[in-house]
Amino acid sequence: MRVISEEKNASSEWQAPMLTGSEILVEALRKEQVEVIFGYPGGAVLPLYDALYDCGIRHVLARHEQGAIHAAEGYARVTGKPGVVIATSGPGATNLVTGLADAMLDSLPIVAITGQVARSVIGSDAFQETSIIGISTPITKHNYQVQHASELPAVLKEAFHIANTGRKGPVLVDIPKDVAGEKALFIYEDAPQLPGYQPTVVPHAMQIRKVLGLLEAAKRPVILAGAGVLHAGASGELRQFAERFGIPVVHTLLGLGGFPADHPLFLGMGGMHGSKAANTALYETDLLLNFGARFDDRLTGNLKHFAPAATVVHVDIDPAEIGKNVPTDVPVVGDVKEALTMLLATQMAAPDIASWRQQLLDIKAQTPFWFVQEGSLVKPQRLISEIARLTNGQSTIVTDVGQHQMWAAQFYPFTEPNHWVTSGGLGTMGFGLPAAIGAQIAEPTRQVVAIVGDAGFQMTLQELAVVAELALPLKIVVVNNGALGMVRQWQELFYQERYSSSLLQWQPDFLKLAAAYDIPAVQIREDGELTAKLDAFLAASGPGLLECLVAPMENVYPMIAPGDGLHQMVGVKP
Amino acid sequence: MNRVISVIVNNKAGVLNRITALFLRKGFNIQNLTVGVTDTPGLSRITIVMNDTDASALEQVIKQLYKQIDVLKVTDLTDQPMVARELALIRVNSPVAQRSVITTIIEPFRASIIDVGRDSITIQAVGRTEKIDALIALLRPYGIKELARTGLTALARDVATVTEARRVSENNVISI
Ligand SMILES: Cc1ncc(C[n+]2csc(CCOP(=O)(O)OP(=O)(O)O)c2C)c(N)n1
Ligand SMILES: [Mg+2]
Repeated sequence: MRVISEEKNASSEWQAPMLTGSEILVEALRKEQVEVIFGYPGGAVLPLYDALYDCGIRHVLARHEQGAIHAAEGYARVTGKPGVVIATSGPGATNLVTGLADAMLDSLPIVAITGQVARSVIGSDAFQETSIIGISTPITKHNYQVQHASELPAVLKEAFHIANTGRKGPVLVDIPKDVAGEKALFIYEDAPQLPGYQPTVVPHAMQIRKVLGLLEAAKRPVILAGAGVLHAGASGELRQFAERFGIPVVHTLLGLGGFPADHPLFLGMGGMHGSKAANTALYETDLLLNFGARFDDRLTGNLKHFAPAATVVHVDIDPAEIGKNVPTDVPVVGDVKEALTMLLATQMAAPDIASWRQQLLDIKAQTPFWFVQEGSLVKPQRLISEIARLTNGQSTIVTDVGQHQMWAAQFYPFTEPNHWVTSGGLGTMGFGLPAAIGAQIAEPTRQVVAIVGDAGFQMTLQELAVVAELALPLKIVVVNNGALGMVRQWQELFYQERYSSSLLQWQPDFLKLAAAYDIPAVQIREDGELTAKLDAFLAASGPGLLECLVAPMENVYPMIAPGDGLHQMVGVKP
Repeated sequence: MNRVISVIVNNKAGVLNRITALFLRKGFNIQNLTVGVTDTPGLSRITIVMNDTDASALEQVIKQLYKQIDVLKVTDLTDQPMVARELALIRVNSPVAQRSVITTIIEPFRASIIDVGRDSITIQAVGRTEKIDALIALLRPYGIKELARTGLTALARDVATVTEARRVSENNVISI
């Protein structure tokens, strides 16, 4: 293991060390305090992997590059630190594409290192050459192809900085194989030189005063809190602000956990499958205070009916999000934590909004998320509720995409930040298992439960090998409805029950599958055995897989049909 | 309405691709685009003309451009006093008998003949888009064999030299 001295000795002539490109990468990863890398080797990254071999930084070998990048995303989501992933050129790089797009839409800090063919053959359709720069430009915050080893220190410094500041996102660094072997001086600056990248962190004081002025006069204010609250680490400030002024809080799907679900001011998740209380608040509000949400269409429904009477305040670190979907009266560009801190500095009294608050809390009490317990089959909503009860709402929950994802969002009460990992913007099936691996590696002592659909699980289940190899205490719950449930639901509701390719006619034996990976597994077939088996499953140490057969025709409600507005919810508890 | 945006970027490999990829991804239309170096080493100017762009789309374009790490400055020249020009090279059928007629046509446009062949001549014209359009329309009856236009490039005017009256009268685009 090589250690390069960092001492700059003023008296004798200190000289920056001459290192190969590969060694520069390793040293930069050290400087960035990277503790784990997810990746998969191949021809173009052989020099990089040779340097990783004995460098002391942990490398987790995924079984597919998509698994590696989703694991890096899970790691980034729960730690707030950049997730690092390495893949070879060509197919290795293209296998990262879905994860890059996912991280881009959900603002997750990722540094992706890809190998590339040697500089001399770039453009010649060399073996495993692909233009990952061209492919990844629209789905990364920024990307680099390194032309010379001497650029590498500055490029890596910039990559980590760009990924993890401002609106976070994925940055890709493409390193030609011969650059990895080329020598250059290793000088790692403390701050990158990026005149074109200067995110505004501290909001304008005048905008903050405007917000307070509006709040003073508001009759029906509501807070919409998005994942920006989590990225900014502003849960504490959000809570103080809501309590100080008595303002009810609605979360986006990705924001869950930013505000405690058991708090009296919490109205639940808004949007397509949100709560009646949350959507009523968004529809009737006269002052919408958006902290770090990007007004995604699954939240707003038909824009014509979104907060029609509201003055809109939007706090976002990305100015391009402000006014993009919803006309905004008071734009506040900056970090959510800074904005809330500035807002909290006021002496202003809370507005009198008791009747508005009461109206919403009554709706909340009358129309919780609901389901009908009937027959002997397990209702998926009850499965989630039981997981919540048995884990005291304290676990990290990672989901795949589909009905089970929405039920998890509805029925698991997240009381703490960064305990919820899900693919929101891209809605990536196959995200769940590898992201859960990343979350578990990041927090080895936390209980992590992956809740995945029977279909999505099969998109990345090769990563069970990582669970087994590392003996991760991850609990995998396969919600088996024998269907691409969310697709089937839409076909039932909007395509006259023509279930085109959404019913799984053949399923693997999930228990045998787990056995093949040496992972203990259990199956739940009926409601009567749910609690006992689930309890034992969750209490066991080490990895585990639970297959739960659930009522196959269950739908996610409430729902706002595509094209409808927030006030047109169907399937609200009668 | 048409918009003219001037973008100062780092002169690095791939920057033009980033900008055009952004326009494609966001569904913004580019009518024409010119690129060239500036007087500052390492910086280039990209001039983009967009058609049918309302105020909110324009705001998005500018904000999205600013999100690019290699974009240093974005200026919407549309509502500012500016000088905007394009260059056209027009090869026209021109038997010897017609040459003097063509020369007379192009004279008020201050265009010049820069190449003379057996059956054709090549005309160079510089000016606002409408001026070039008008010249082309006049030359068309003689048979245009080939045409190359650069698209508009533009600079903000030195405001001190512009009077309010001219700004209004010339619909914000000032020509000489
Ligand atoms: C990669 C990918 N392909 C297709 C889809 C479209 N899609 C959304 S949900 C869904 C069904 C998911 O089925 P399953 O994993 O069993 O979850 P369920 O809805 O049944 O809970 C599909 C196909 C997607 N989101 N991602
Ligand atoms: Mg399913």
